[in-house]
Amino acid sequence: MAEVEEGPTGSVSEPLDLVRLLLDEVVFVKLRGDRELKGRLYAYDSHMNLVLGDVVETIYVIDEDDEEEDIKTTTKKSEMLFVRGDSVVLLSPQNSS
Amino acid sequence: MENGTQGEGKDPSSFLSEIIGNAVTVKLNSGVVYKGELQSVDGYMNIALEKTDEYVNGVKRRTYGDAFVRGNNVMYIAAD
Repeated sequence: MAEVEEGPTGSVSEPLDLVRLLLDEVVFVKLRGDRELKGRLYAYDSHMNLVLGDVVETIYVIDEDDEEEDIKTTTKKSEMLFVRGDSVVLLSPQNSS
Repeated sequence: MENGTQGEGKDPSSFLSEIIGNAVTVKLNSGVVYKGELQSVDGYMNIALEKTDEYVNGVKRRTYGDAFVRGNNVMYIAAD
């Protein structure tokens, strides 16, 4: 792989370099439709298609019962998950959020 | 001349490269706002931010040490 000039400390010269540094780390992913994922990042590409392992998905649903507006959360677990890039909004190392 | 006849006129991506390292506000189409230090931007307007606060409906929700934002979600990037 032809790497474009690396800075001294880890090198983030383009945004995807940040993602490369997160490979094999536990990451937090915000998706469209009020969904969030936490899992280990095994692979990604330039579309931000992702492969995550040991994933916990949190889904936020606004529950409008007459007056009260509750936010309900549902969680799902998956051993391995492929995420299509177009639903990704944000990706961050898990330890910082 | 790269910027043609416009004199002081710049193109949008040169503005973006000029504000790298600065504090910025990024607003997404969903209305969510991120305030942080701009680490890098690419041609898709993918953004890497540092020390970022997330605001939903004007209320601070989360902070991120580092954050990658996928470009298609971006409405604007403002230099603070």
